[in-house]
Amino acid sequence: MERRILDQQLDVLRDKILLLGGATEAAVHRAMQALTERDSVLAKQVLEEDKVIDQMELEIDRMSIEILALQQPAAHDLRFVISVAKITPILERIADHAGSIAEAALILNDEPPIKKSYVEFPMMANTAAEMLRTALDAFTREDSQVSRDVIKRDKEIDESYRRVFNELLELMIDDPAVTPGAAHLLFVAKHLERIGDYVKDICELNVYLREAAFIKHSRKF
Amino acid sequence: MTTLTALCATFATAVLLIIIGYIAYQGISSLSIEFITDTPKPVGEGGGIGNAIAGSAMMTALASLIGLPIGIAAGVYLAEFGKNWFGNIVRFVADTLIGVPSIIIGIFIYTAIVMPMGRQSGLAGGLALAIIMIPIVTRTTEEMINLVPHSMREGALALGAPQWRVSWNIVLPAAASGIATGAMLSIARITGETAPLLFTALNSRFYNFFYDQPMSSLTVQIYNFATGPFEVEHAMAWAATLLLVGLILFINIVVRFLTRKKY
Amino acid sequence: MESKISISDLNFFYGKEQALFDIALEIPHREVVAFIGPSGCGKSTFLRTLNRMNDTIPIAKVSGTVMIDGENIYAPGTDVVALRRKVGMVFQKSNPFPKSIFENVAYGIRINNIHSSKTDLSNRVEKALRDAALWDEVKDRLTTSAFGLSGGQQQRLCIARALAVQPEVILMDEPASALDPIATQKIEELVVELKRQYTIVIVTHNMQQAARVSDRTAFFMLGKLIEYNPTQKMFQNPDEKLTEDYITGRFG
Repeated sequence: MERRILDQQLDVLRDKILLLGGATEAAVHRAMQALTERDSVLAKQVLEEDKVIDQMELEIDRMSIEILALQQPAAHDLRFVISVAKITPILERIADHAGSIAEAALILNDEPPIKKSYVEFPMMANTAAEMLRTALDAFTREDSQVSRDVIKRDKEIDESYRRVFNELLELMIDDPAVTPGAAHLLFVAKHLERIGDYVKDICELNVYLREAAFIKHSRKF
Repeated sequence: MTTLTALCATFATAVLLIIIGYIAYQGISSLSIEFITDTPKPVGEGGGIGNAIAGSAMMTALASLIGLPIGIAAGVYLAEFGKNWFGNIVRFVADTLIGVPSIIIGIFIYTAIVMPMGRQSGLAGGLALAIIMIPIVTRTTEEMINLVPHSMREGALALGAPQWRVSWNIVLPAAASGIATGAMLSIARITGETAPLLFTALNSRFYNFFYDQPMSSLTVQIYNFATGPFEVEHAMAWAATLLLVGLILFINIVVRFLTRKKY
Repeated sequence: MESKISISDLNFFYGKEQALFDIALEIPHREVVAFIGPSGCGKSTFLRTLNRMNDTIPIAKVSGTVMIDGENIYAPGTDVVALRRKVGMVFQKSNPFPKSIFENVAYGIRINNIHSSKTDLSNRVEKALRDAALWDEVKDRLTTSAFGLSGGQQQRLCIARALAVQPEVILMDEPASALDPIATQKIEELVVELKRQYTIVIVTHNMQQAARVSDRTAFFMLGKLIEYNPTQKMFQNPDEKLTEDYITGRFG
């Protein structure tokens, strides 16, 4: 069957959201890198990139509404446009959190390092970044099973956050001088934990796209 | 209610079948090759109606030659350009003419052609038949052309066709079979006319291939035989009637066949 | 750039009944403009003023100007036949001639004497059928009757017939309203494809269709032009309340 006008527009929309997903992943990855490798130049780049991401969000919003208004998509096409419209602001907020992490990096990089090495912290960051990548990959392939699996791993992030929290708390009790720096790190951990929550939202939307099922707010996945 | 109407329908059909059947019964015995080719023998000795057949054919041909072109052209005019006061007058006149008893047409031709010529002739007979034919052909042609959907004309106009082209190569071809039907039916009609030929072509007992002399015709010959004193001639009248009815029936069947729905 | 068609102060009467009131509109080159509105609002009447098809109605009277490429088509002495070659039309109910598929498409070419030879004629017929997305379906039966085609195919044949005379503007009067959804979709795809070469004006009672295929939309009611805007604006945020009511199905 020949391509429909709608198919072309959906393809463009798909390209745009994948670009946005890639940019968001990169932002999270580089923000963490700026922090752990104490690279302030990289941190500033992340903050600059965030403006581009904001524009991409506006563009996708405009386009999804136009497709809904003019092309009357149905069934899978409709769910796709709706999912894209809902995932886009989520990605933008993830990118905002990455920006906040980059800002924290800028502040911390001016101070001497708090501790020689961390264990929990990098692990949590890796988990969050990896979950994001898997979730976006699953969305590209509309693989709802993978999405359901990622949702189950949200507990990992929450536990990781608790361990990091304790680790930093101990640090602050042992050596009150490091408290300002440690406080920033706590906030970074909180941002990572929020990113984990958002990844869960993305997975729920992917399940909606593929199976037309709303699993948000339900206990079992 | 259904039974009543069914009964009436059966009655009407039965009447026709009885008439045809009776004619066939009466006339079949007298049919033969000689019957069709010989001329009538004097004083009731029999013979044939060959000259009558030839005469009818010649006068019908003349009438068609005059009547069809004029009738079709008039019909085209009325349909394509005649939606005005003039067209309305023409239409009214045509409709009236169709209703005029054919004997009056005969009398008219008698006055107009026969008297100046000094004698009856095949020409006068043919002309009378033509006058009967023209209004019929005109009106059926007009109806058939009006049946061509307006959308077809619009399609042609929208392509940049001037009005005359639309009439000539879209409307006419589309109406052609309908017009042909009308023509054939009008021919069948005039074949059966008797009254207009009585004063105009008279009759003849001989073969005559010249239009300026009295000419025989099937219908008038039947009349003469049937009202004459000889039994032989009565029998010939039946046979001739059978032939005439058969011919008209044949034309009607052909028309029905050709215009059957193809899709 | 100057508009392809420029209408101003257009008023139209059927005898004493006024059907169009002071219409003014600009139709740009190579875009699709859709006319929408409830039944009897005058959109078809207006469409037909653009190629003077209303001339065939004796009691029709037009005042105002319709400029196509800068020339007023209602000026006295206008060659209406040439106008209709330049501005083609496709009708609501497909109206192929009782001829073969080939002869249907060839008709316009023949009467306007566009072709230079028999081969040229064949080539032009083939091109028109290809442009109308019908060639593959009929190439093996060009000499068969046009009435043997399905409704959707007949309509595409009528489009091919119009394309064969190389118009610059194509007017479509509810071209898909008699067709099933698949055939309708094919026609819509065709319209979007054709606008690369032709300026298209399409009347439709199906506003979703107008939303899908047009660049600009004009909304008519009771013979008046209520709103004329780019389609994206019309269907997301129209200027007039009447337009919004119509589009959301509150009346009409």
